[in-house]
Amino acid sequence: MIELISDTGERREMTINMGPQHPSTHGVLRLELVLDGEIIKKVKPHIGYLHRCFEKYAEEVGDYAKVIPYTDRMDYVSAMNQEHGYVLALERMLELELPERVEHIRVIVAEMQRIASHLLGIGAFGLDLGAFSPFLYLFTEREKILDIFEKISGARLLYNYMAVGGLMRDVHPEFKTDVAEFVKTFRPKIKELDDLLSYNRIFIKRTANVGVLPVEVALNYAASGPVLRGSGMKWDLRRNDPYSIYDRFEFDIPVGEGEMGTLGDCWDRYIVRVREMEQSLRIIEQALDSMPDEGDVMQAIPKRIRMKEGEVYVRTESPRGELGYFIASNNSASPHRVKARAPSFVHLCLLPAISKGSLIADMVAIVGSIDIVLGEVDR
Amino acid sequence: MTTLLNIPLVIHLALPLTIILVYALVAIWGERKVAGFIQDRLGPMRVGGWHGWAQSIADLLKLIQKEDIIPANSSRFLFKFAPFMMFAASYAAFAVIPFSSGYIGSNINIGVFYLLAVTSVLTLSIIMAAWASNNKWSLLGGMRSAAQMVSYEIPTIATVLTVIVVSGSLNLMTVTEMQSGNDILGFLPNWFIFQNPFLIVAFVIFFISILAESHRVPFDLPESESELVAGYQTEYSGMRWAMFMLAEYADMLLLSLLGAVLFFGGWNSPFGDFMSGPLWGFFWFMLKGLLLVFVMMWIRWTLPRYRVDQLMHICWSILIPLSFINLILVALWELIF
Repeated sequence: MIELISDTGERREMTINMGPQHPSTHGVLRLELVLDGEIIKKVKPHIGYLHRCFEKYAEEVGDYAKVIPYTDRMDYVSAMNQEHGYVLALERMLELELPERVEHIRVIVAEMQRIASHLLGIGAFGLDLGAFSPFLYLFTEREKILDIFEKISGARLLYNYMAVGGLMRDVHPEFKTDVAEFVKTFRPKIKELDDLLSYNRIFIKRTANVGVLPVEVALNYAASGPVLRGSGMKWDLRRNDPYSIYDRFEFDIPVGEGEMGTLGDCWDRYIVRVREMEQSLRIIEQALDSMPDEGDVMQAIPKRIRMKEGEVYVRTESPRGELGYFIASNNSASPHRVKARAPSFVHLCLLPAISKGSLIADMVAIVGSIDIVLGEVDR
Repeated sequence: MTTLLNIPLVIHLALPLTIILVYALVAIWGERKVAGFIQDRLGPMRVGGWHGWAQSIADLLKLIQKEDIIPANSSRFLFKFAPFMMFAASYAAFAVIPFSSGYIGSNINIGVFYLLAVTSVLTLSIIMAAWASNNKWSLLGGMRSAAQMVSYEIPTIATVLTVIVVSGSLNLMTVTEMQSGNDILGFLPNWFIFQNPFLIVAFVIFFISILAESHRVPFDLPESESELVAGYQTEYSGMRWAMFMLAEYADMLLLSLLGAVLFFGGWNSPFGDFMSGPLWGFFWFMLKGLLLVFVMMWIRWTLPRYRVDQLMHICWSILIPLSFINLILVALWELIF
């Protein structure tokens, strides 16, 4: 039997395993919690349940292009952004010039993927706090994005759509109208989400002042993306270190302002994601306007990738934060070394720092608010 | 006093059970339909033809066939016994519910007191299940539930007391009979909720408390699936788990029916003598109860849940003081008018 009180009558701490099979650890994360009652004294994340040897595979596969499907599987809810980062790194090494049409399609799908990923992230966050219905409402919207992706790439989750120097295939003829239609129908849904979840009093009570991440701590841990912006730091690689054609678009960088409680709490991180979706819609609209209707998306794809000796590090803004690819080449057919800098891994490291002294229920909220994907943590 | 139907003891025993079982099957299907409706989807549609009406029967058959798993290090007797005790507690409480003007299980003069006392056993059986499972998640769920139910019994009882102050009787049949007729403002039925403005406040407090008593969102902390896996039910499977579900739904109905008796005139028809009589009485009574059950489902599929400390805060620093102040105000109102 479980003993909470020892023979001498002192309070004893209880160690409990949260995961790997637990409804709200977003995959197969195992958290070792040391509890005093329901108050968390210590958290220790255990990872590795989804380790698939991404880096070793990339070295052994024998072709730079064959790594692309594997990048999909790192962060499987934002596969387009993962591919985008990897192909950008290779293109920078090869010094390729890309057709305008390719750049525009890439930006559109990357921003749509960002919306899809945030929809899943905040939907699952609501689910963790017991709000079941918003999750399904958001999934209806995510479904529309996946339908468009299915039309352009043939797959719904892991697309293998971007190629070095272009795209695997051209978009379907109605692509522009499909996306414009989605943008039009999705905008009012953000308002609906605000009514249902963001400004719900119980939701605010559960997330405000919980898991406060001060900006210095966030910087010390090298946090990025919505986690860092939730702490009030205006840092977005699309603006601060523009890649692709992001420097041409107008968009704001939403940051946490501590509206409902302390700056950098779970609610701030949440609302940053909601507001980012609106900005993504703005980028999509602008990109749709300037996207050329004609053009061969495969013209710049090299027949064989002949890489010079050298190294490259390219960082992109994935929905979860700074996704960096370090690629070293040594003249052979496959990369000498591929290292992915995964934002989820960094954010998981934050967990012990911001969850000490909170309740189990807060733990669930914190894990939900940093929005990790275990495929990316373990790679 | 209306004449009670003269029916044999066997039927007395079987009638509430039949009502509960039929209700549970309908309510579980209904809850999934309500959830589907709220979430813009269809819910169960396959089993039995029309809108999947036989879904809960199919689920029940599946649960009966499942292996009865008892954890190796559990306290076997308590583990096996807890679900049945929980159901027995909520079933026993139905004895004093006046289902219609012609039927009440046991017409005793301490009805409400008996009901509140018997439902307290629910807490005991949850702790029993939690402790016997020998699982840390179960234990946490059990402790939460004990704290929650013991706390929320106080505002429940205080609001029930306000009605007792007005009615002057603990017998639920008498309480219902006092609400017959349509005299308020010439057309409103004489239900307690219309009789006294403070009783409306009492009903709001009562409803919040029964949400917590029956572990419904936003107070479903004992079994909050995203925090405690499944709370005290974690180790249960098959028929024993079904017993918990049955008891939970029965408890929802019981407390809703209690609310209907205390505030909404029980089996009284809202149209005076029109559509009244024992059978219509049963219809109106169940309708009122099921409406409250529907509101509970509605809330469940809309709101997130509270945290355990916030739950306690709501109870001890808002509901309990408010319910006692309200009790005094109701008593003063009765004294003056």
